[in-house]
Amino acid sequence: MSTQTVLFDELGPRGKKLVRIGTYIGALLVAILIALAGLQLYNEGQLEPERWEILINPDSGVPQGLTRALFATLRVALIAMVISMILGTLLSAGRLSEHRWVRIPTTFIVQFFRGIPLLLLIFFSYLALPRLGISLDLFWTLIVGLTAYNMAVLGEIFRAGILSIDKGQSEAAYAIGMRKSQVMVFVLVPQAVRRMLPAIVSQLVTLLKDTSLGFVIGYFELLRQGRAYVDYFGAKFGLQIYVAVALFYILTNLALSSFARWLEKRSRSNPKATKALGQLVEDDLVPID
Amino acid sequence: MNAIVENLDLFRSGFLTTLGISLLGGLLAFVLGGILATFRVSPFRPLSGLSVLYVETVRNTPLTVVWFFMVFGLPLVGLGIGSFFIAGALALGVYTAPFVAEVIRSGINSVSLGQAEAARSIGLTFSQSLRLVVLPQALRTVVPPLGNLWIALVKNSSIGAAFAVTEITAVATRLSNGFPGAVIQIFVGAAVAYLLITLTSSAGIAYLEKKAVILR
Repeated sequence: MSTQTVLFDELGPRGKKLVRIGTYIGALLVAILIALAGLQLYNEGQLEPERWEILINPDSGVPQGLTRALFATLRVALIAMVISMILGTLLSAGRLSEHRWVRIPTTFIVQFFRGIPLLLLIFFSYLALPRLGISLDLFWTLIVGLTAYNMAVLGEIFRAGILSIDKGQSEAAYAIGMRKSQVMVFVLVPQAVRRMLPAIVSQLVTLLKDTSLGFVIGYFELLRQGRAYVDYFGAKFGLQIYVAVALFYILTNLALSSFARWLEKRSRSNPKATKALGQLVEDDLVPID
Repeated sequence: MNAIVENLDLFRSGFLTTLGISLLGGLLAFVLGGILATFRVSPFRPLSGLSVLYVETVRNTPLTVVWFFMVFGLPLVGLGIGSFFIAGALALGVYTAPFVAEVIRSGINSVSLGQAEAARSIGLTFSQSLRLVVLPQALRTVVPPLGNLWIALVKNSSIGAAFAVTEITAVATRLSNGFPGAVIQIFVGAAVAYLLITLTSSAGIAYLEKKAVILR
């Protein structure tokens, strides 16, 4: 390897030989693993072409149905994303407020919703809200649950982003006579958004994945649709349909992540932005959850 | 309030199930994540490739889908797991492992190159520099993100409610059907049970972080 790492030095001839041997052994191990998995699948008859054909044959209705379900998933995700971004912005502003009567209740809200599982919130909006006289359809029930959780998480990301901006920035802005709101809007937020972009996107990926919880309350998203097809066509096609569902999620999330990488690269190649940001510490932003 | 007091036993067993499945899943995630991280930073291409493939695939799959595979998928390929609890812990472990691997990897990367160079220039061997210089520093940066992963895992264990694991969320939904009048109290009780785990964990992590802090 030509790139230096903290783990080992540039290798000498003996080290290179060892690495080559290790590579062969590793390749062998991977090949054995794949062979075992393939054999198991073959023995159970999962590799028969007719079982997989259902995924690409439009006569079965499966490809169309799953695509439709993907759009149902995306619609929930998109609306929940927008609402929780807006509410998250408000919450982070509240937590950064100088007034204690604003700061304390918003802190409580954020800590509460961040600390409990999303599924509990979804169940709450599914089971408890109707009892309180608020009846929503499944679509909005799911959105309420997703939003309540993600607004708190995103709010914390925004807050961390604004706090991470060098103090000199806001001091300079105050010094040239900007008001508090102007400092926020023109100086802090634009820098914070760029810095927190990776964290924001990984949270959005999480949100998209979490729409699969709609399955639990019976909203017809991707997973529910897949399950319905398995019930309809029988367990014979179970594995194939689940694999297709997983692939839909993986591809959508990879697209979202690569869009984020592109966006980040673009804002980094902007010399003005790079200068203000200094060194981006990407490793701080390992996605959680 | 009666609904909770009367069913305190049920709540307690739900609480213990949540704790148990999270601990088992967490242990699994830690071991598997450690292996994945080792593969990833090793100079052996097939192994690091395998690790990347695993991380990218599982990280982008919803936990619900992973759980689905464990409960409904594995029996289809003749590898069914009898217990819903074990299947759930396996799902949590398999799902969380790539996040653990990424945290460990970025912990190793956060050690500055100068440290390793210094270790080599005073004549430490590979295993010495790893054991005495690189890993102790990496371990410290890894503590807070690993703690966050643990908290996320505890919250994620709630998905067990949909797969026949009677943990806190399952208890709450079951009771709310039995006591329609006390839905709010029941859900607040469940939320408090989760906060008990997550907030104590946060405090523990903050303490560890303070102890492990290093000046760089």
